[in-house]
Amino acid sequence: MSKPDFVYVTYIETTPEKLWEALTSSEFTRQYWFGAEVRSDWRVGSPFALMLDGEVTDSGEILEADPPRLLSYSFKHRKFEELRGEPISRVVFTIEPFGALVRLTVLHDGFVEGGKYLGAVSNGWPAILSGLKSLLERGKVLAIPRTALNKGFDAK
Amino acid sequence: MKLDQFKPLTVYTIYIASTPEKVWEALTSAEFSRKYFSGFAVEMEPKLGGSFIVRAPDGSEHISGEVFEYDPPKKLTVSWNVNWPDLVAKLGATLVTYEIELAGEAVRLTMSERHDREIGDDILEGGRTGWPAILSGLKSLLETGKAPQIKMAPPAQMLAALKAMGIKTP
Repeated sequence: MSKPDFVYVTYIETTPEKLWEALTSSEFTRQYWFGAEVRSDWRVGSPFALMLDGEVTDSGEILEADPPRLLSYSFKHRKFEELRGEPISRVVFTIEPFGALVRLTVLHDGFVEGGKYLGAVSNGWPAILSGLKSLLERGKVLAIPRTALNKGFDAK
Repeated sequence: MKLDQFKPLTVYTIYIASTPEKVWEALTSAEFSRKYFSGFAVEMEPKLGGSFIVRAPDGSEHISGEVFEYDPPKKLTVSWNVNWPDLVAKLGATLVTYEIELAGEAVRLTMSERHDREIGDDILEGGRTGWPAILSGLKSLLETGKAPQIKMAPPAQMLAALKAMGIKTP
């Protein structure tokens, strides 16, 4: 039995460079990541933080950075009590040219069987990455309420 | 066929700036599907028990099935059987369910591919490769008016796993 993980693939009409920028610039992320801003200098070993409303919600460190092809960081939730006990997880973004498009694969792993975090993450990524695709393709994100992120996970 | 014996083995969710009615139409009409689904045409009789066909660009029936749940524009379940010799005999039927819900001013589309038995990851890789491409194209078409060309081929590991089970593939 393989360990629980979350994988999401999406095809975006953009360039690998623009997609890298959208993943690493807080100007971009706060538009499609429901207000969250990424903070890092994106060098291997450097700290990574996700800030929402001036508060660090998740943090970790850069594990791999090969712009514009591969980015990975560790990811530990800080905000919700129910999720703080979960182990440190890992996010890996793989960016590949695919004809005139770019294929983005997001792998989030390092979860425990029966943990709550995988459910929260599985609901969050499709909404975040759908917004990212819309932003890059039509210059506009989706008007999805933040509660969409919490479907299936009752964070207050 | 008992629907509740079918468990989702692949689920893909995507949010689209559109309406439930337009997403429904894009999923069930030949005119739309040809644009985002590599030229394949979805031909559905719009009623419970109606026929469901995905026609390849060469005119052959690539997928044939039947409508099992029909609640436009919210929920559709069809059987999704690829017409390769012995595939259904050896793997059982495949069900595909689309659920369409409003999420703010966007639409959340959830596709579940369901099976009534354990299926290996190598075989499931077919859907896991295909669905993101198909539904990424559908989203682009509805949001920007044009669908990108996403050329897909059946994954080698799936073809090898099917061949090992004695299922003939093109």
